[in-house]
Amino acid sequence: MAEASYPEDLKYHAEHDWARIDGDQATFGVTWYAQDALGEVVFFDPPKVGAQVAKDQAYAEVESVKAVSDVFAPLSGEVLEVNEALADSPEQINADPYGDGWLVKVRLSDQSEVDALLDVGAYKDLL
Amino acid sequence: MGQSADTLRRTALFDRHRSAGAKLVPFAGWEMPVQYEGIRAEHVQVRTLAGMFDVSHMGEIATSGPDAERFLQRLLSNDLTKLAERGAQYSVLCREDGGVLDDLFTYRLEGGRFLTVTNAANHEKDLAWFREHAEAFDVEVGDARDEWAMLAVQGPAARAALGSIAGGELPDRMRTAELELAGEPALVCGTGYTGEDGCELLIAPDGAAAVWDALLEREVRPAGLGARDTLRLEVCFHLYGNDLSEDRNPLEAGLGWCCKLETGCIGADALAAITSTQKLVPFAFTGPGIPRQDNAVAAPHGAGVVTSGTLSPCLEIGIGMAYVPVADVEPGTPIEVDVRGKTRPAEVREKPLVGQERPARPGAR
Repeated sequence: MAEASYPEDLKYHAEHDWARIDGDQATFGVTWYAQDALGEVVFFDPPKVGAQVAKDQAYAEVESVKAVSDVFAPLSGEVLEVNEALADSPEQINADPYGDGWLVKVRLSDQSEVDALLDVGAYKDLL
Repeated sequence: MGQSADTLRRTALFDRHRSAGAKLVPFAGWEMPVQYEGIRAEHVQVRTLAGMFDVSHMGEIATSGPDAERFLQRLLSNDLTKLAERGAQYSVLCREDGGVLDDLFTYRLEGGRFLTVTNAANHEKDLAWFREHAEAFDVEVGDARDEWAMLAVQGPAARAALGSIAGGELPDRMRTAELELAGEPALVCGTGYTGEDGCELLIAPDGAAAVWDALLEREVRPAGLGARDTLRLEVCFHLYGNDLSEDRNPLEAGLGWCCKLETGCIGADALAAITSTQKLVPFAFTGPGIPRQDNAVAAPHGAGVVTSGTLSPCLEIGIGMAYVPVADVEPGTPIEVDVRGKTRPAEVREKPLVGQERPARPGAR
């Protein structure tokens, strides 16, 4: 998407990641700012289903033609699902970072971590 | 241009880049456009139509005087006596031990004058090397960097667009012509760095914007240094600092064709005695991933290293160039590349990686 956008219903991490919380599960992705800074994403290297991800730690990589960036986990948990469609169309991370460009679904191991994430206003203040 | 040393230099086209929406980045001391609409779109534009690159960061060294040819024959690896007036020639600049200081195009102009184009990051080093060795010759060596803006206009439609603003016939490949372009005097060279047809233009800095604007009107789109890199890598052109360095000799880099050792150039004796243990080869991934510079390579007969890597916009796979043992240079040889801890399978390929057989609409998904 060409215009900056930050949905109200998401929780944000300062490393430009978002989490959509659904009970004890969450979907992760990167923010509009992150995909814009990276440029056209041409490769997403996902974690394995079943892998443990830890809050504030890198769990995947996204690559543009020129550069590689780590993706940081906003919360801790076990990977339940990865977005397989990104293998063929990683550009969805640019086109629809909060929708078809989601990266992984995770079962949260510590829901209290959610309290440390930023709401949309606090995240936008960082940009 | 010509700003103080602690600030980035800007080319004569800086305002044009900004108004075209360029992402500007520091590059070899210059503030240069890395992309406009996107690397892949610009890449495809050059492969299918025409794009223009501001490469004014590249330097120029002017050489003239009675000994100019003999002097350049001593410095440059290629045979200068084979370079005709208004011709262009590629060569490397070697140290005594054969290490590569730079790779260069030299143009022989009228009146026994030569113009040598340097890589931006090497310009000062090259100029010092030229001046140091000029003392033994009756030559004048001049720094011409600030006298020229440089535009590379490349792609299957490049010559038609250039022809429509040129006040004369465009030069053939590897030839030059002094022409007016959009009313501005230019040295037009039938050279390039993309594998496509086209020309490189040397223009006085204050005339560059007029040429840029005229080409824009003729559907030549701006392309940045990002696309320049992916385009050159698909056709296996060397990039100094990646595939060439002072620690590598031109023979292992596959540039023996431009090293005419019988000319007695600097480095010739060392190169004649060298037996290379590695050689630079193109490769492509056979699975997912993107190779990057300095990734370790495991080849059947030993270790190697990636010197350039990217995702090929035309092939949509990871491609690159790597130094591998000389026993592993055959196309089809399987190799493995360690990309940040992940082993990625690849194979040695023939050069160019993208050639005649490329799809009609590269990059189309």
